[in-house]
Amino acid sequence: MSHTPTTLFDKVWDSHVVRKIEDGPDVFFIDRHFIHEVTSPVAFLGLESRGLKVMFPEKTFATADHNTPTINQHLPVQDPLSANQLKALETNAAKYGISHWGLGNPKNGIVHVVGPENGITLPGMTIVCGDSHTSTHGAFGAIAFGIGTSEVEMVLSSQCIMQPKPKKMRITINGKLGKGVVPKDVPLFILSQISASGATGYFIEFAGEVFENMSMEGRMTVCNLSIEMGARGGMVAPDETTFNYLNGRDLAPKGEAWDKALAYWKTLKTDADAKFDLELNFSADQIEPQITYGTNPGLGTGITHTIPVAAEVKDGEASYKKSLAYMGFAENEKIIGKQVDYVFLGSCTNGRIEDFRAFASIVKGRKKADNITAWLVPGSHIVEQQIKEEGILDVLTEAGFQLRQPGCSACLAMNDDKIPAGKYAVSTSNRNFEGRQGPGARTLLASPLVAAAAAVTGVVTDPRELIA
Amino acid sequence: MAYDKFTVLTSTAVPMPIENVDTDQIIPARFLKATKREGFGDNLFRDWRYNGDDTPKQDFVLNNPIYSGKILVGGKNFGSGSSREHAAWAIYDYGFRCVVSSFFADIFKGNALNIGILPVTVSPEFLDKIFKAIEADPKAELEVNLPEQTISIVATGEKESFDINGYKKHNMTNGFDDIDYLQSMKSDIQAFAEKSLY
Ligand code: SF4
Repeated sequence: MSHTPTTLFDKVWDSHVVRKIEDGPDVFFIDRHFIHEVTSPVAFLGLESRGLKVMFPEKTFATADHNTPTINQHLPVQDPLSANQLKALETNAAKYGISHWGLGNPKNGIVHVVGPENGITLPGMTIVCGDSHTSTHGAFGAIAFGIGTSEVEMVLSSQCIMQPKPKKMRITINGKLGKGVVPKDVPLFILSQISASGATGYFIEFAGEVFENMSMEGRMTVCNLSIEMGARGGMVAPDETTFNYLNGRDLAPKGEAWDKALAYWKTLKTDADAKFDLELNFSADQIEPQITYGTNPGLGTGITHTIPVAAEVKDGEASYKKSLAYMGFAENEKIIGKQVDYVFLGSCTNGRIEDFRAFASIVKGRKKADNITAWLVPGSHIVEQQIKEEGILDVLTEAGFQLRQPGCSACLAMNDDKIPAGKYAVSTSNRNFEGRQGPGARTLLASPLVAAAAAVTGVVTDPRELIA
Repeated sequence: MAYDKFTVLTSTAVPMPIENVDTDQIIPARFLKATKREGFGDNLFRDWRYNGDDTPKQDFVLNNPIYSGKILVGGKNFGSGSSREHAAWAIYDYGFRCVVSSFFADIFKGNALNIGILPVTVSPEFLDKIFKAIEADPKAELEVNLPEQTISIVATGEKESFDINGYKKHNMTNGFDDIDYLQSMKSDIQAFAEKSLY
C-alpha cells in the first residue's frame, strides 16, 4: 500500500479537524485547555451573555499564576484588582465544574509547568491556553499554542477553535552542545539567526541530535521560545525520554490505558520523505552561551561578541537605534562586563528543576554579589518541593540567595515583582520587550548558567569561566 | 461579543512607522487586571503615550492633534508577543477599526479578526507610500474596501489588493463571529469528541 509520507505535525493536526471550511479555517478540536486568571474572565462573561454552557468541563484545567504574589501567599492578596481576578477564576471554575488549582493548592504553579509535571500534557494532543507560551507543551509531541480570549470562549462553549493550518518548518541541529551551553542557548541562537519574525506563519518541528539528547525540561525550554520566533508553536517527536518522563505522573494514563496510549505515541513521528515548506539546519558547535542586548528576543548573540552595528541586524535601522537607546547600549560595545542590577531565575521558560540545578551548580561555594537583587522563583510547588528535597535550597541559602514562591512573577511583572526603571536584569524568562519586566526595565535574556554567573560576579560574565 | 459590520472604510490614518510593535507596548501587562472588557482604549500604548506622572508625551503620535482617524498604520511585524486579546480590544476601544502593516504577528491577526478589527497586509513598498502620503498631508485619506479587498490612497488613487479568506470576509462584512458558527455544528463536535482518544 502506498501512502504519502507525512510529518508529525500533519498527523496530529489532521486527526483533529472536525470540519474543513472551503476558503476558510479548519474547525479544530482541542483535547486540553488550560485557563488562568488574566485571559479567562471576559470569556466567561461572554458565555453568560450568550447563555452558553461549558461543553466539556473535564477537558479544561485552571491555575492561578500570572497575577499572584511570590511571597506570603498564605496572606490575602493585597492588590484588589489581582484579588478580584483570582476570585473570578475560582468562582467560574466552581460554577462550571472545572478543576482549579488556586493559590496555596499543592499543585499550583505556572500553567505551562504544572500541565506537564502532572501528566495532563500528553503526546499527540492538541492543547491551547490564553497565553502565547502554550507552545511549551509541544515538547511532548503535542500541537500546542496560545489563543486569544474570544477563542477561550470558543473552546469553553464548543471545545473547538477555527484555525487555518500553518505551514511547516523543520529546524535540524546535529552535533553536541559545548561546555556551558544549555537548552536555553539553542532557541536564543536560532532567534539571533532568523529574527523574531523568522518563523511567522509556520509551525516548527525541532529535530536532530541536539533535541534527541535533551531532557524533557530542555525540550520545553526550546518549544517555549518557538513563539518568540514568530511561529505558532514548535514540537519535538516523542521518544523514550518522553515516555519515561510521563510514566507514573499523576494524571497520565495507567495500566492498560498506558499501553494503548504508548502504542499510539510510538507512531508519532515524521516519515522519512515527508516534505516541509521550509527546512533550516544548524550545527551544535555554532552555539555558545547566548545573551540578548536589545528589546526583542531576536536581538541576541554569543556572550563573547560585541553589540552589532545596525547594518548587521534584520530590524530596520530606526527600530534598532530605538532599541539600543532604550537599553542604554551602543554599537560595538562588549557585552561581557556590563552592569547588572537584578537577576531573575524563573518563568515557564526556565522555572523547572533542571534550571535550579544549573543555577546552583554555579553559585555553589560562591556568594551573591552585593550589587545584585536576585529573584529565584520556582515554576510550581512541585518544583519548589524538589528544590528543597535535593538540597538545592541549602546551596542557594549558603550563597546568600532566597527562594520565592511559585508564579509568573517578573516574567511579565503583573504582580509586585517589577524591575525598576533604568535597571538591568539578566533574566531567564522569554521577553525583553520595553517595559516587559516593569516600566523602564532593561532585560537581558539568557540561560540559568549566565544568570548565575551574573548573580555571583555582579556583571555579565561568561559562565564557562566559572565551570571547573 | 458582536461587533460592527465592516464594508468600506474611508478615513484619515495615524502613522506609526516602527517595526516589531509588540503587544506589551500596545497594552502593558499591568493593565490586564480587569475582569470586564472596559476602558482598555485609555491605556493603549500607555508607556509610549504618557510619562511616569501620567502627563502626555508630546512627541508621541497619538498625542499629536494633527493625526486622527480609524486606521492605524504600523511598521513590519505588528502585534508580536503575547496572545493577549486585550491588545486588540485596546485598539478597537480607542476607535481604530483597521490596522495596516506589511507583516502581522499571527496571534494578533487572529485576535483582531475575531473582534472586528480588519488587519490589512500590504507590500513594503505600498506601506512606504502610505507613510509618505500621510507625512506630506496628515489629512490624507485611505479607503479600505473589504468586499473588493483593496486599499487605496484616496488623493492619488494608488491602490493595492489584500488577502483575506472567504470565511472571515463573510463574518466581517456581516458582523458575525466564530462562536455563532461553532454553535451551529455542536452535534458534529459531540460525535467527534466521542471518538477522540483523550
Ligand atoms: S511565566 Fe511568563 S510566559 Fe510563562 S505563562 Fe507566565 S507570564 Fe506567560
